[in-house]
Amino acid sequence: MKKVIMGNHALSYGAMLARVQVISAYPITPQTQVVELLSEMCASKALEAQFIKVESEHSAMAALIGASLAGARTFTATSAHGLTLMHELLHWAAGGRLPIVMGNINRALAPGWNIWADQNDSLSQRDTGWMQFYCANNQEVLDSVIQAYKVAERLYIPAMIILDAFSLSHTYEVVDIPEQSQVDAYLPPFKPAFRLTPDEPHAFGGLTSPDYYFELRYKLQKAMENVPEIIEETGREYEKKFGRYLGAVEAYQVDDADLILVTSGTAGSTAKVAVDKLRKRGLKVGNLRIRLFRPFPFEIVRHYLRRAKKVAVVDRNISYGHHGIFYQETKSALYGFSSVPIFGFIAGLGGRDITPETFEEIIDYTFSHETPEAEIIWIGVKK
Amino acid sequence: MKNKKRKAEKIIFNSEKDMPITPMSLGSMAFNLTGSWRNIRPLIDLNNCLQCGICWKFCPDAAIVIENEFPVIDYDYCKGCGLCAEECPAKCITMEEEVK
Amino acid sequence: MKKARTMKLSLPIEEYMNPGHLACQGCGATLAMRYVLKALGQKTVLCIPACCWSVIDGPFPYSCLDVPIFHCAFETAAASASGVKAGLEMVGDKETTVVAWAGDGGTFDIGIQALSGAAERNDNIIYVCYDNEAYMNTGIQRSSATPYGAWTTTTPVKHFKDQPKKDIVAIMAAHRIPYLATASVAYPEDLFRKMKKAKEIKGTRFFHIFAPCPTGWRSRPEDTIKLARLAVQTCYFPLFEVEWGEKYTINIKPKEKKPVVDYLRLQGRFSHLTEKEIELIQAGIDRQWHRLLRLASEREKLSVGGE
Repeated sequence: MKKVIMGNHALSYGAMLARVQVISAYPITPQTQVVELLSEMCASKALEAQFIKVESEHSAMAALIGASLAGARTFTATSAHGLTLMHELLHWAAGGRLPIVMGNINRALAPGWNIWADQNDSLSQRDTGWMQFYCANNQEVLDSVIQAYKVAERLYIPAMIILDAFSLSHTYEVVDIPEQSQVDAYLPPFKPAFRLTPDEPHAFGGLTSPDYYFELRYKLQKAMENVPEIIEETGREYEKKFGRYLGAVEAYQVDDADLILVTSGTAGSTAKVAVDKLRKRGLKVGNLRIRLFRPFPFEIVRHYLRRAKKVAVVDRNISYGHHGIFYQETKSALYGFSSVPIFGFIAGLGGRDITPETFEEIIDYTFSHETPEAEIIWIGVKK
Repeated sequence: MKNKKRKAEKIIFNSEKDMPITPMSLGSMAFNLTGSWRNIRPLIDLNNCLQCGICWKFCPDAAIVIENEFPVIDYDYCKGCGLCAEECPAKCITMEEEVK
Repeated sequence: MKKARTMKLSLPIEEYMNPGHLACQGCGATLAMRYVLKALGQKTVLCIPACCWSVIDGPFPYSCLDVPIFHCAFETAAASASGVKAGLEMVGDKETTVVAWAGDGGTFDIGIQALSGAAERNDNIIYVCYDNEAYMNTGIQRSSATPYGAWTTTTPVKHFKDQPKKDIVAIMAAHRIPYLATASVAYPEDLFRKMKKAKEIKGTRFFHIFAPCPTGWRSRPEDTIKLARLAVQTCYFPLFEVEWGEKYTINIKPKEKKPVVDYLRLQGRFSHLTEKEIELIQAGIDRQWHRLLRLASEREKLSVGGE
């Protein structure tokens, strides 16, 4: 069924189709429509789930960790300060190997108060052990929720589905909402290998000495390393069933490209517009949109980028005192494999628009310089 | 009636492959013989025992069991806190220096 | 040896707590667990945040309890329990009792937000706070449950705690939850009866269990029960129930209230107190006790008039 829905509602529909059993959430702009629609779905029994309306995001994640450990499929959504308040519990979820799926609307962090798009909230969670999927359109948001459960429950790793504030969360697009029976055939019920039950009493999360903690974290990393392969497998299976492939990256016009842009989120869609425009001018430009940020798909990124003559990474985020974060990751992926010059641009912090013209400026700069003139090239700062 | 679980064994993982993916208990702490913590040892004079069960009731280590209608101290686990002797209404439990 | 007659135990013989655990000698918190599990039985799940019990239970891959445990984040006992309850129900287990089991730090301080949230939603959980009146697991630091006058490592004798203990029961009563009770390890039958009663009630149930800590109170391990008993006999820690935030019932009314000095003098943490300071403590207890008597008698009047 095709329907015109906002990005936030694509998250809700994804959760509904995944038949989540426990939802726990706290409202924050610009996430509220996700949980409003889910509340309606629970009230009307379109979704058979318990919705725990907690008093904070911290408790939302705590409740989901409990529910997931009890064996239920769980969902929440948040943004910015809500996500950073959860930070401690993101470690608990991943360390406990609980396949929780969460939507996060990328929003800037205060001060000053800013409700617009910025990736620093989710990227500040990159070392928590969660998978991170950055989405570029509403269809991908819905599809990603369903795929995320499939991957998460296979590998026991939680997953974050990330969409830009307003430019995706509040943008209406046509979305193909799959049939429940088709989704059921793709995503079987959650049957965890371990759970909290008096029938088989275990104590979970007890004091773990240096004798064993190390191995437990080794196992989490090993599971993470399997993600790209499982993404490919489940993404192809999704394509067979629903006609849409879900991979770790979206490569656009890269095969013959001299310059490849590295982007994420909605900026990745905007970049394609710029690519088309500049190709008409005869410039061989391509775009590699990173969908899967954690684990970072090293091999796939290398595969596409090592043939380019130049690479320009565009970040809507910054690691203060270092670089844009996708820039760091891209460099680390190519280190020792390629000597292609990599340029790092920062644009669009705190909801400043990233337009096709932004990319034109980035492309012009990259073509006109042998190497970057600075560690960070800022686009659009009023100087 | 001694608890069957009291024969639990120590679990050692030699390889990460033997470990669960999440820290979860797979055995009982009963392998841990806390009797070695004890400095003073309770001795029950069963001739004066009222069989009231108060010593059993107040043992924080569940180290007093009931056998043949009398309390019996399980010295494998008794930490020697002295609560049983203190609370015994018949004062038939004495605490004696542990000889190590 | 005498001829055996049949022993009549005041509590069920079944143990859900095994020996071999890591509690200090004479630990009150351990007794509290032993009694609570006797009342709730095996169909119980515990959510234990950071507290002494996260150590007492034993390290990975062990546990000393025969019931499942979720060792959860410090400030999340109540929210974790709410989630576990919802999760269990959604996978078809509507029977299991879900218990949040936290110390005073995890309840009075860092966990109070999640506790208040769960209580306001009236989530179907039992929240047990075993109160040893300080952060004992980290080495005896003051909490908002530490009483006036007490020494801790962060309230040294020269600057002992000069604020009263937070009234957690009043806070929980203000949430109008269906059931709350205080209990003491010195009165296990009373604790057992109330826990059995709570098990049959739906909604948020709260227990405040007095659990002496010989290590942190600088008391003798063998005095744990004596101290807990004196706390009740002096009305320092009265035993009562509150239903729906209004119906107060006092479970044990001492015929003659003992002076609090009897209780204080057995503990090193109060050894520095002067007579004047002890008088202040006594006056505080008298005030609180009269308030409780008033609340309980109002309830009695109400029920006479109403029924």
